[in-house]
Amino acid sequence: MATLPAEFSDLEPFSGWCLESERERYAKRLASSMDELQTFYDAAFPRLEAAMEHLDRYELDALPDDATHLLWLCYSLVNVSFPVEVWRQPRVPDSGAASMDQIVEPAV
Amino acid sequence: MPHFAKPAEGSWTEHYPQLGTAPVSYEDSISPEYYERERQAIFARTWLNVGRVEQLPRVGSYFTKEIDAARTSVVVVRSADQQVRAFYNMCRHRGNKLVWQDYPADETAGVCRQFQCKYHGWRYSLEGDLTFVQQEAEFFDLDKDDYGLVPVRVETWEGFIFVNLDKTDTTPLRDYLGELGRGLEGYPFGEMTQVYKYRAEVGSNWKLFIDAFTEFYHAPVLHARQAVSEESAKLAGYGYEALAYELDGPHGMVSSWGGMSPPKDLNMVKPIERVLHSGLFGPWEAPIDIELPPGVNPARARQWGTDSFLFFPNFMILIWKPNWYLTYHYWPTSYNSHIFEGTLYFVPPRNARERLAQELAAVTFKEYGLQDGNTLEATQTMLESRAVTAFPLGDQEILLRQLHHVTHEYVDEYEKLRSAPVGGGN
Repeated sequence: MATLPAEFSDLEPFSGWCLESERERYAKRLASSMDELQTFYDAAFPRLEAAMEHLDRYELDALPDDATHLLWLCYSLVNVSFPVEVWRQPRVPDSGAASMDQIVEPAV
Repeated sequence: MPHFAKPAEGSWTEHYPQLGTAPVSYEDSISPEYYERERQAIFARTWLNVGRVEQLPRVGSYFTKEIDAARTSVVVVRSADQQVRAFYNMCRHRGNKLVWQDYPADETAGVCRQFQCKYHGWRYSLEGDLTFVQQEAEFFDLDKDDYGLVPVRVETWEGFIFVNLDKTDTTPLRDYLGELGRGLEGYPFGEMTQVYKYRAEVGSNWKLFIDAFTEFYHAPVLHARQAVSEESAKLAGYGYEALAYELDGPHGMVSSWGGMSPPKDLNMVKPIERVLHSGLFGPWEAPIDIELPPGVNPARARQWGTDSFLFFPNFMILIWKPNWYLTYHYWPTSYNSHIFEGTLYFVPPRNARERLAQELAAVTFKEYGLQDGNTLEATQTMLESRAVTAFPLGDQEILLRQLHHVTHEYVDEYEKLRSAPVGGGN
């Protein structure tokens, strides 16, 4: 079963990042090594513009399932951009024991 | 040489002489005894923002709010007559908490036709009237009219719902919010209904987090790594100066520049920001045209980026140039702990591109917030050592000086009232 739209089959190896909630995405980020985050980022970041062009063919509240998965994967890319582009580690530096939970997020 | 003009007195702080310029004690943030006084004098007696009208879209919509500092819980509901009402969240029979799910201390929300107590099934209308008593005939002279839910004063301003637990305070909400509140009226808060909300348990006094978010002096240093390194060095060289500060009654605001939305040079920002056209200051492109009310960007500076308003005691509104806003709430749970809530409000996105730009702004908010939150615990523990007891505050920290000054005023004023001779009025 294809998770993503056919033209994004190159991202299928990263379909584990198609996660609906911020809590899941953030948890996966913290549970990943920097190598894993970098590999995902290197594959997905160059495809971000094409992904938005694909997604913008639909109404946001009427996305087909495969497009919804692609959007979730893009949310994950946004989340891991911080460790990859800035922190060089999965956690926010100097954040110690601090945590912040998202308790309301958009439906889509 | 300041980059932006200061008042004739030479500084923002001296423009408000009641504040003084001496080093400030933080005993008000490290003393369990002082916290007990604040609870009575502030949180049981001032207007507290508990939510927005969009959380109550239809008749029967409700949410609960835990106000630990006042040792209570309230339930806010849209009643059949479309009014927003608030009640103590407590059954009149034997005091059980009326509305909760699974864990009594957790807040909840939903839609209902009436409230029913989990304990013995007593029922209340959305207007708070007691409508049903299980085995009513077993009770003695029970008149249901005498056992409605206990109302809490509630008023709304620009769609923000406030409660006041003080039955004697007759100051209307709009008067309480004063000139700074009036200056915000007309801003289209109601159009910004795409919500991201974060919650954090923070190991510091509630005022320390307000301190952190009412000065930007820290930003070029604490958050240095969040900008690309060249930009970061430039920001640290400039330091930080606000465009303007305004104080009114217990409230205050800081107006700030913000050159990153959009950035003048794309090399200043991170790769993901270049693609998504978004960042800490929000999406670069404003989704709607807004005529700003007079209280926003009061200096009418063209470099303007964001205004931060603190409505005493614990509610902040941040208005951002690309037409979105953010609220902060700080709910004390003890002298050295509180619950922080940060909520981002955007115009609903029209497509995935706009949605992703908002996602980046929200994710960036959390990355910064985590850094801020952890710094606070480090501050709290060292303040509690009392190795140093007075701290110099700069002119860019005027709102901190104001917060601690107003806190003392409220506590002193309340205790003066309390100690007035019996019969001497209150």
